[in-house]
Amino acid sequence: MQVNLTVLKNVGLEHFLVVSAILFSLGIYAVVTRKNAIMVLMGIELILNSANINFIAFSKYSVGDLTGHLVAIFVIILAAAEAAIAIAIILNIYKNFLTVNIDEVDNLKR
Amino acid sequence: MSLFDIAFYIIAVLTIASAIVVVSARNIIYSAFALLFTFFGVAGLYVLLNADFIAVTQVLIYVGGILVLIIFGIMLTTKFFDVPVRSEALHVGPAILVTGAIMGTLVGVVLKTKWFNVMNVQWENTTKKIGEKLMTDFLLPFEVASVVLLVALLGAVIIARREKF
Repeated sequence: MQVNLTVLKNVGLEHFLVVSAILFSLGIYAVVTRKNAIMVLMGIELILNSANINFIAFSKYSVGDLTGHLVAIFVIILAAAEAAIAIAIILNIYKNFLTVNIDEVDNLKR
Repeated sequence: MSLFDIAFYIIAVLTIASAIVVVSARNIIYSAFALLFTFFGVAGLYVLLNADFIAVTQVLIYVGGILVLIIFGIMLTTKFFDVPVRSEALHVGPAILVTGAIMGTLVGVVLKTKWFNVMNVQWENTTKKIGEKLMTDFLLPFEVASVVLLVALLGAVIIARREKF
């Protein structure tokens, strides 16, 4: 079977988009499967990073100005704020329930 | 293959391999330390994309701030002495199926689409231009972001310090 290897040469926009798609799916996997709330937070960080790679790749290859960089900076700022709030909420859950497994924190269901 | 291609493949393999360790490690401490390499790999991708300022910001904020915060969270919420530091996974089979489908769709779309791919801008130094844009076109989002950060930090302090609900 003849595999066309010329796709692998000349790294361009598509290569970065593929890396970011793989990172995005891994983040979704972590969010969906893990019980530990901090693992869910790590999955969200992976997803935000993949979105940032997309912004900067398009900024370089398609748009040609720095708007994508600015959006990436705001995404990083919001990720920092979100991580601080999420850790505070998780610490409070731990104080009240003595666990951070999100399948055991189900008081609203009972 | 040019040097750029080789650097891209090394960094991409490092990033994706450590991301796989993040999502699959049983021990949550291993996940946190693999996340360190993922963040560095993403910073390397930014360097390859001529985004020097964003790469430095990534290392400073993600590695220096968010990752330390996550490790603090792990240390404060895990009983190291009673049980091993494990984090279980639920519904692994269906999740692999669904996320594999998502990944296949995304990669297929990326490879099939004819992107508007004419530019290949080489920036020498983006910091000055980013500063100018922040003070002109993006002034309102910049100010709003500062208020958001202040409110988020105050809220985090208040939520974390409250004793019982």
